[in-house]
Amino acid sequence: MADFTNYHKTLGESLRQNGVSRRGFLKFCAATASMMALPPSMVPAIAEALEKARRPSVIWLSFQECTGCTESLTRSHAPTVENLIFEHISLDYHHTLQAAAGEGAEAAREAAMHENHGNYLVVVDGSIPLGDPGYSTIAGISNLDMLQETVAGAAAVIAVGTCAAFGGLPHADPNPTGAVSVSQIVKDKPVMNLPGCPPIPTVISGVLAHFLTFGGLPELDDLGRPMVFYGKSIHDRCYRRPFYDKGLFAETFDDEGARKGWCLYRLGCKGPMTYNACATVKWNQGTSWPVESGHGCLGCSEPDFWDGGGFYNAISIPDSDVAQNLGYGVAAGVAVGAAVGLLNRRKQADAVERHETVTVDDLDKDS
Amino acid sequence: MNTAVDFLLWVKGPAFDVALVVFIIGIFIRLFEILLLGRRPDLAEAKGSEFSSGMRTVFTRTLPERGSLKRSPFTVIGGYIWHIGFLIVLFFFIPHIELLHATLGIKWPGLSNHLVDAVAVITLVTLLAMLIDRLTHPVKRFLSGPEDYLVWLVTFLPLLTGYLAYHRLIDPYALVLGLHILSVELLMLVFPFTKLMHAITFLLARWYNGAMAGRRGVQS
Repeated sequence: MADFTNYHKTLGESLRQNGVSRRGFLKFCAATASMMALPPSMVPAIAEALEKARRPSVIWLSFQECTGCTESLTRSHAPTVENLIFEHISLDYHHTLQAAAGEGAEAAREAAMHENHGNYLVVVDGSIPLGDPGYSTIAGISNLDMLQETVAGAAAVIAVGTCAAFGGLPHADPNPTGAVSVSQIVKDKPVMNLPGCPPIPTVISGVLAHFLTFGGLPELDDLGRPMVFYGKSIHDRCYRRPFYDKGLFAETFDDEGARKGWCLYRLGCKGPMTYNACATVKWNQGTSWPVESGHGCLGCSEPDFWDGGGFYNAISIPDSDVAQNLGYGVAAGVAVGAAVGLLNRRKQADAVERHETVTVDDLDKDS
Repeated sequence: MNTAVDFLLWVKGPAFDVALVVFIIGIFIRLFEILLLGRRPDLAEAKGSEFSSGMRTVFTRTLPERGSLKRSPFTVIGGYIWHIGFLIVLFFFIPHIELLHATLGIKWPGLSNHLVDAVAVITLVTLLAMLIDRLTHPVKRFLSGPEDYLVWLVTFLPLLTGYLAYHRLIDPYALVLGLHILSVELLMLVFPFTKLMHAITFLLARWYNGAMAGRRGVQS
């Protein structure tokens, strides 16, 4: 990956060399500012900072993952400024993408760590198995060892994708590999989570632009996710929300409601409990997103979304067969109620039987 | 149970099953207790119809007794407001109808969320006012026992948590939704064994009052 002709160029130079006009660049800066809820007055500052930004060294570690995150990030249509920012960063190690393999690859990682000690970014996708180090190794090094060793000299760690952020699919019940998230291991460095299965490419570029502009991580929520992208729920931003408010729900994936684009809540949409930017940023250059394509949100940017009670079960509706339980309840209630009632009747009859009548004479005798 | 989602799954899974079964069995025990108690046979000749008079009373007693509005306007008006508000929120909030539709297959048209939201606020405020009145009015305070406060709490909590869930005032959403369902389960568990049972027995009581009067040929 190392393209040494670009190594010492600033981002501005690199973009111009790749044919991005000043106008296109400023448009990107303005879009980034608005996307990250920064005031318009920040646009020149962003532009200036990005213009002068040197290539940050990035080490990308892939652990127990499916490569979906890398696919998502690298398959965005060229040429976009996002794409070029990715090209601009010095991706010194990414064993899926790099040409080198084996010892050569590991040497590149070690060299990058050594040369940029304290300044490089570590991007992780995939979870880390703690059950047995042998479940996932790279060049004979366990994921845990490689993470700890690489993170030691990092400026910050970005956990890309739900596996790295929260454990994801490997962590799903029964978690056979003992998979954990990055933040469960890395405690002494800033860790930012960019969950999603996969995460939105624009979110990554936005966060990288933020890092290049301000030299730090943006404001995070209590799950370590940048507020600008994960601050609002899918449900609150969903274009199908008016149908939810009117009570118009699709009951199946091919009924009239589904064809009319009604709310997918009944079909298991997890939009109300999912915080992500899909509804506004969308996917594939703003083409569409899952709900727009007719499928409910799976909640992929939330912890344990695999174990969230089934993708097609509505979130507020009990999982069990309520009608059947109601039937059992009624049957048992009738039986127990009748028994209790009869017991009370017997008590009543006993009381009547034991009741002794008292005459005025009896009372006189006592006194 | 580590995460909010685990909590939600527990609440709408095993906890709901337990609450539902206790709720149903409890209601049946209470009803059988009342119905099987029986009454001594009335040997006097009936002077009118029990049934029609009973049925009429079931409806007519929905209106306040003459004079009670003047005697205690706050209790009567406040009582009406929050009872009606509670029923509107319970039966006409669209997600609630969806729940019944998904579980029991019955449905009816709901009201706009904004309207239900406003009704929920009015109901919450009225319930709070009723509690303050109960605590400050010397007679009501004297007459109130722990059960009355428990009953108030389990009625108030589902409304409060529902309001918090609808407006997402607690994060994460799974937690506040779980709390809402849990508060309803609390209500279901307590319902058959407290004064809350009046929501069912009022029908029996009203009918019986009317039937007795009807049999005697007097106005109920």
